[in-house]
This record gives sequence, structure tokens and C-alpha cells, in this order.
Amino acid sequence: MSELTDLYQEVILDHNRRPRNFRTIASPSHHAEGYNPLCGDRLKLYVQVNGDTITDVAFEGSGCAISKASASLMTDALKGKTVSEANSLFERFHRVVTTPPDQPVEDLGKLSVLAGVREFPVRVKCASLAWHTLKAALDREQTTSTE
Amino acid sequence: MTSPSTTVARTSFDVRRVRAEFPILSERVHGKPLVYLDSANTSQKPLPVIEAMDAYYRHANANIHRATHVLSERATALYEGARIKAAAFVNAPDPRSIVLTKGTTDGINLVAQSYGRSTLRAGDEIVISWLEHHSNIVPWQMLCEQTGAVLRVVPINARGEVEMDAYAAMLSPHTRIVAMAHVSNALGTINPVRQVVEQAHAYGAVVLIDGAQAAPHLAIDVQALDCDFYALSSHKMFGPTGVGVLYGRPSLLESMPPYQGGGDMIQSVTFEKTTYNAVPYKFEAGTPNISGVAGFGAAVDYLMAIDRDAALVHEDDVLEYATAQVSSIAGVRIIGEARQKTGVLSFVLDGVHPHDAGTILDREGVAVRTGQHCAQPVMDCFGITATIRASLGIYNTREDIDVLVRALDKVRAVFA
Repeated sequence: MSELTDLYQEVILDHNRRPRNFRTIASPSHHAEGYNPLCGDRLKLYVQVNGDTITDVAFEGSGCAISKASASLMTDALKGKTVSEANSLFERFHRVVTTPPDQPVEDLGKLSVLAGVREFPVRVKCASLAWHTLKAALDREQTTSTE
Repeated sequence: MTSPSTTVARTSFDVRRVRAEFPILSERVHGKPLVYLDSANTSQKPLPVIEAMDAYYRHANANIHRATHVLSERATALYEGARIKAAAFVNAPDPRSIVLTKGTTDGINLVAQSYGRSTLRAGDEIVISWLEHHSNIVPWQMLCEQTGAVLRVVPINARGEVEMDAYAAMLSPHTRIVAMAHVSNALGTINPVRQVVEQAHAYGAVVLIDGAQAAPHLAIDVQALDCDFYALSSHKMFGPTGVGVLYGRPSLLESMPPYQGGGDMIQSVTFEKTTYNAVPYKFEAGTPNISGVAGFGAAVDYLMAIDRDAALVHEDDVLEYATAQVSSIAGVRIIGEARQKTGVLSFVLDGVHPHDAGTILDREGVAVRTGQHCAQPVMDCFGITATIRASLGIYNTREDIDVLVRALDKVRAVFA
């Protein structure tokens, strides 16, 4: 059961129950919709960029605990970051969740709670959905999919 | 479901003996005994099927219909023997009315692209139901795009049953094709397909029945149903993947153009004129999945040697038990409560996304499917995005359900 407790840590359960920044932004500078056809998870992501800085991020949608918690943690992590810092964080997060579980990974602070998905390969897409949607929003694509 | 089974015919169906024939059921996953509740996704395979495929490669591997040597004779006999068995399995009038396909999806696409594309015109109507699997939706949408035909969808009620009054009202002289599942993969609803066929025929429409989910549970009689096409998949009925059957009414198959061109579907080829082979070979281009067909033949033998009425009584008993046990868990909502059901228990758990439940159940050794089950419209209809689906095969027991229920307690504990 320890892998399971690694996956469903209190932080994740908390962000699933009370997702942060779970709202809309009226006219965001960037937005995108993410969809995981495997489980039907859908999320809308709104990003407000002023100058080069992300001043606000919010999301809406329905999904599993992993995708919801990941989106919630991501929105918290992005505020105040520049677009290039956000892009770099996307790459680093992606590397953490796709590295084999027996290999060391970079410490990403709170985001590291999602490293537990490495033991559950089919759930990596759940953890990545929000981040792929962020990438699409910043690249100004309108919808993205984890397929 | 049938009524409570106080008179279970244990003498003619011994589930322990059945289980012993499925080697994978002794597998352990994450250190726990496997409890396989995902047979609507794909069924497990009994030893005779596994051995038939092994024996084919050891003793008969050759291409069919083509060579004079003994291996080719053996392979052809296995292949054509499976066609004869399949004909008996669905009570087809003639083995020539059996097209061996890649599976149900392939069979439906064959009918859409061969029969549908050659006969439908703009304004013609195709009727399906809200219960359909994507494989009985998308081929018809593609056909509509190609021909200008219109897709009409019969609604379902809150129990997950097709609204037969709405169906009757939707039929008209414009209806050319009706395509409906015999049994719903997402909810387990058994549709009144005999009535569906009869009402469609009154308007001159042809009817395709998607039998993928019915084949492992119900006896199939295409002549009694009077359907024009009946498609099924080997892998749902204890055979290997990549093989299926399309039954077609002989007069229709004769009139239909080939589906794909290639070897084995022709009589003679010149650059000026090619003549096609006879039915059903004109629909079987290319070297088929011969080892799979050999395994499928063994699966048909396996099922036909079982007392299927007794097997169904057993399955209904387990489904009824599962429904009662799972319903009694706090926060559970059963999705799909049709009066006629088989093999499937779909449900949602308040406050827990099905995908999370699936991961935790897996760690307890319990294999279920979570998600939308290739039936997104059904999910939309119930206002949900996904369900947990426990689906049964002849080898499942009440004990399997007890393990599921205990594992669901763990799910609830994690998300308490």
C-alpha cells in the first residue's frame, strides 16, 4: 500500500477536495482547454500575463484527484513566474513525472508530491494534463489532448 | 436479470471447474489474487483456446486457400472449420453467410462501406440508439458524410433502456438502416432486438445488430431475430483478439460490392478486368488472422459444450448479488438499471472519481474498467463523465464480488 499512500498523499487529497484558483478569469490573455479522452477529464485553464509575468492563473473542469490536484498545485506555482520560467517548469515537471521510479529526480518543492505517479504509468497523463494545457495556452493553441 | 436463482442448476454448471480452465485466473497482481471484473472489455481465454493457437503454429502453420501442400490443407480446414462453427453458433442458415472479420468494429465498417455506401442517398436515414458503443456510431457518421444520409438517434430512459415508442415514431420510409446493440457495453441493457428488427422491416430498412456484448452471455439465433446483419468479436467470447464474425443475409451479401481489394477476394485479375470471388470470400481480402481464427473456433467449441442456460443462471445470480452488495455501499449510484440486463454493473461513487477508484482497486487485485467505456453519449445522458464498470464472465463468483466490495471500502477510506 505504500506506493498508494505515495500517490494519494494528504497534499493531493487536500487539493482535490479544495482546489486552489478554481474559478474563471473574465478576459484572460491566454486560455486553453485540455481533455484526456481516456478518463473523460476536461479542464479549462485561464492565464493572465502582464508584460512577461504571469499575474493570475485559474482553472475549471472535472477530473480525477490526480489531475485536479495537479492543476491546483500548478496554478499556485505559476503565479509571479515569467513565461519562460513557466515553460522551463513545464519541462522540469514533465521530466519528474516521466523518470522511471527507481531513478532520482529534481526536487520541485510542493509539485514533487506528484512524483508518486511514476509508480502508476497510466496515471502520468492525469498529472500532466494541466501542464500540457498550460503549454497550449501559452503557445495559443485552443485545445489540447493528452492522447 | 432473471428472478432470484433459488433453483441454480449446479449440476450442469460448475463454476470451479470453469475457473480451472482459465490459467490467468490463478495470476497474482500486486501480491493479491487476481479478481477479473473486466470481461466486457475483453474476456479471459480458456486452455483449449490457448492450446488451439499453439497447436496451429506447431502443426498447421501455412497460408490458406492457396497451396497444395498438407500444411495448407490443415490451415484451410481449421479456418473453414471455424466458419462452420460460427454459423452454428449464431444459427446462420449457411456458412457462406459468415464473413470472418477482424472484429465487431470491422464488421460494422464493412456493412457501412459496402452495403451503405452503395445504396444510400442524400436524405436517407440511419437510426441508432443513445446506448451505442462508438464503433456503432462513428462508421455511420462517416457514411452520412459520404452519402448525405442523416443519422437519427433513439433516446434512452433513466433506467438506460431504449425508448421503444420514440424508436417506432422515428422509423419512416426514409429509414434505410437501423443499427443497434444487442447488449449495451456501458450499462448491460439487453435491447428488444427482435422487436427492433420487426418494426424496421415494416419500413423496408435493413437491421444490423452489434452483438459484441451479447455473444459471451446469450444464445444467438440470427434466423429467429430475422436481422440482416449480426456482428460479433471473438475476444469478448473467450477467443483471441483480432477476429470477428459478420453474419449477413445471403441475398444481401450477394448484392454487396467488395469492401477491400486484394488477394483471396478475387477469381481472376487482369489489368482490363478483375472478377471477384464468391461470397463470403469477396469480403476477406488478404491473408487473415489464421491462428486467431483457429483459437476462435476452439472458443466456439468451448461455449457450445457448456450448458449455456445454466451458465446464464449463474451469471445472473452473480450480477444480482453484485448489484445488491454494491448498492448497499454509502454514496454509490448505479448507472443503468434496465429491467433486462446482463453482465455489467456500472456505478459511480460519491466524491471519488472513477479513475482514482480504478487505481486503488487495481492495487487490491481487482481489475475493473473506469472511464466512459467508448460510449461518451451514454455518459452525457446521465450527466457524468465516467463510471466504474465491473463486468462479468462465466468464471466470476460471488466471492469475486466480496473482494470488490472490500476494495471499494479501501477506496472510500482513502477519500474519506
